[in-house]
Amino acid sequence: MSIAANPGQTGARGRWLAGSAVALYALIAMIPLFWIFATGFKSPPDSIAYPPKVFFEPTLEGYVNLFTSRSRQTDEYIKTLGPPKTWYEEIARSRNMVITGPSRFVDRYWNSVVIGFGSTFLAVFLGTLAAYAFSRFKVPLKDDLLFFILSTRMMPPIAVAIPIFLMYRELGLSDTKAGMILLYTAVNLSLSVWLLKGFVDEIPREYEEAAVVDGYTRLQAFRKVVLPQMRAGIAATAIFCLIFAWNEYAFALLLTSGHAQTAPPFIPIIIGEGGLDWPAVAAGTTLFLLPVVVFTVLLRNQLLRGITFGAVRK
Amino acid sequence: MAEIRLENLHKAFGDFTAVRESSFTIADGEFFVMLGPSGCGKTTTLRMIAGLELPTSGRILLDGEDVTWNRASARDIAFVFQLFALYPHMTVRRNISFPLRIAGLPRKEVRERTESVAKLLQIEHLLDRGVGGLAAGDRQRVALGRAIVRRAKAFLMDEPLGALDAEFRDVMCEELRVLHNRIGATTVYVTHDQVEAMSMADRICVMNHAEVLQIGSPLEVYDRPATKFVAGFIGSPSMNFLPAKGGLPAGSRAIRVNGSEIAIPETQASLESAEAFVGARPEHIQITGEGALRGRVFGVEYMGARQLVTVDTDVGRLRVRSPNTLRVNDGETVGLDFMTERLAVFDAATDRAVPTLRAEGGLNG
Ligand SMILES: Nc1ncnc2c1ncn2[C@@H]1O[C@H](COP(=O)(O)OP(=O)(O)O)[C@@H](O)[C@H]1O
Ligand SMILES: [Mg+2]
Repeated sequence: MSIAANPGQTGARGRWLAGSAVALYALIAMIPLFWIFATGFKSPPDSIAYPPKVFFEPTLEGYVNLFTSRSRQTDEYIKTLGPPKTWYEEIARSRNMVITGPSRFVDRYWNSVVIGFGSTFLAVFLGTLAAYAFSRFKVPLKDDLLFFILSTRMMPPIAVAIPIFLMYRELGLSDTKAGMILLYTAVNLSLSVWLLKGFVDEIPREYEEAAVVDGYTRLQAFRKVVLPQMRAGIAATAIFCLIFAWNEYAFALLLTSGHAQTAPPFIPIIIGEGGLDWPAVAAGTTLFLLPVVVFTVLLRNQLLRGITFGAVRK
Repeated sequence: MAEIRLENLHKAFGDFTAVRESSFTIADGEFFVMLGPSGCGKTTTLRMIAGLELPTSGRILLDGEDVTWNRASARDIAFVFQLFALYPHMTVRRNISFPLRIAGLPRKEVRERTESVAKLLQIEHLLDRGVGGLAAGDRQRVALGRAIVRRAKAFLMDEPLGALDAEFRDVMCEELRVLHNRIGATTVYVTHDQVEAMSMADRICVMNHAEVLQIGSPLEVYDRPATKFVAGFIGSPSMNFLPAKGGLPAGSRAIRVNGSEIAIPETQASLESAEAFVGARPEHIQITGEGALRGRVFGVEYMGARQLVTVDTDVGRLRVRSPNTLRVNDGETVGLDFMTERLAVFDAATDRAVPTLRAEGGLNG
């Protein structure tokens, strides 16, 4: 056996071990997610069975309950209605329920999408411009301003919740999408400015200067040269912002009740509506997780480069 | 192609003066090298010419037109940055064609010009590669390509070979000079490496501490340095400086060094200060039996046909370049003779060279 072959083999084995460890960890971390996903397809009795059921007969009942409002009726009344016209009516009737209309889940979900993505877009957009200015221009009191921006993150949200609640009521921003977008943008802005400034600092000024000498205006140089190189940073920042805005619960609970309510405060309400309907809750949670997963997967290449921050020099 | 003229160009960063009242003219088609130690203001001067930095005062004229306050993008000047500044998100082709695409030239022309420049620089085979994996030399060529492709009025280069290893630097030095002879564009080249400057320049501008000390051909700055700093900065090993007694009237032909008289070329002006330095390059000192100055051999380095002998004397350690037919041993006492007509005299108070009649006959700059 040659000496040279040895390190190569241990290297391969090492990588295999590391890979297995990561896979195992990922598996363990995903058990709760899988449980939620599975519960969404259980019948209510299965969902609370003890010992917990790993194998069960899948049903869409949870999803039907999530998307509909129902009322309990007697057998006699249901018989007078004639045969069910759709598969979901059939599922509802098997539990002595009659569908009275759609639930508010779709509305709440849509609110989450608008508020989550809207505030993320704004936070990243404003953050990019601010980060560029802080990185490149002589801003008076730069350090103090940056610290001030960071300090907005230092207080727990609950400490400012009441003042904001009162302020929003006066301004007519309570329970509006615009109000929630504004709030999440403000909270995310400190994160976004600080993260993005780090990324802009990493880009040598010479790139812009080269572009300016070659005939671009400063703004064009920013758009065509700086921005493309900030892609990774912008992607990483956007994901962090979206995750915050998407999952935020405390402000949403306090400031929204109907019109602009997002999914996080809505999903628990389902529990109270018709007994402990865990499959419906799990179905709502599953659907709620999807956008962040899709967004992250779409941006994963950028994210990998972005999350290392300046750790790897080009 | 253009002439670049600087008039009293001055740049201060707060209290700190980076460039002090620079005035000189770079001729059309000239290869002009700005040479000086790190931090002396070379880059700042170059950036002001390019329009990346605005001067505190003074004027910049391009072909007679005052461009002092013009935007960089309106000056039609190409700049090669110290670290190349290739756009990492673009291929070689897109990097080189970048200025043409900005200018909005038709596709066909962009393509043709990009390819002909790539051919000139022998990087055609790299055109469709990303710039990330390129070797330093190739990155250098791409950066040059991006500058050349525009046919700008002038090329400014800031230590373009600084990132290359020594061996490759020599090759690029030569290539750059060949390229310049071919294109003939006015070029301002910044470096802190005197060998680079000497081998490439039509004229060298030596700077130190924000000031221009001397401008002249490589031969001029080598043979007739205007100040002690220039004399010491150019040439390797560096010029020897012997402390001497000042207070010489014009027309003197000798100077006192440590009690003995050393003959110098006839001075053309008086030297008022009490102290002076005699400057002697290693190749202008000879080892003899007798001689104006005596010392002990400290070490000998053989360098092919020549050898470099280090001699400790009462006025300090001197380096002498001599043919290696002469055998000297460490510790041996030798005499040193100076080639009178090649010596320089510097005023210790002002650092400036005292004008003398030298072998070439000219006056000091
Ligand atoms: N933007 C700036 N602000 C403050 N000082 C600067 C700035 N740019 C350059 N300097 C200073 O000016 C001096 C000259 O710099 P530079 O022109 O880059 O020198 P060189 O290129 O000759 O090494 C240096 O001491 C540097 O620290
Ligand atoms: Mg420099």
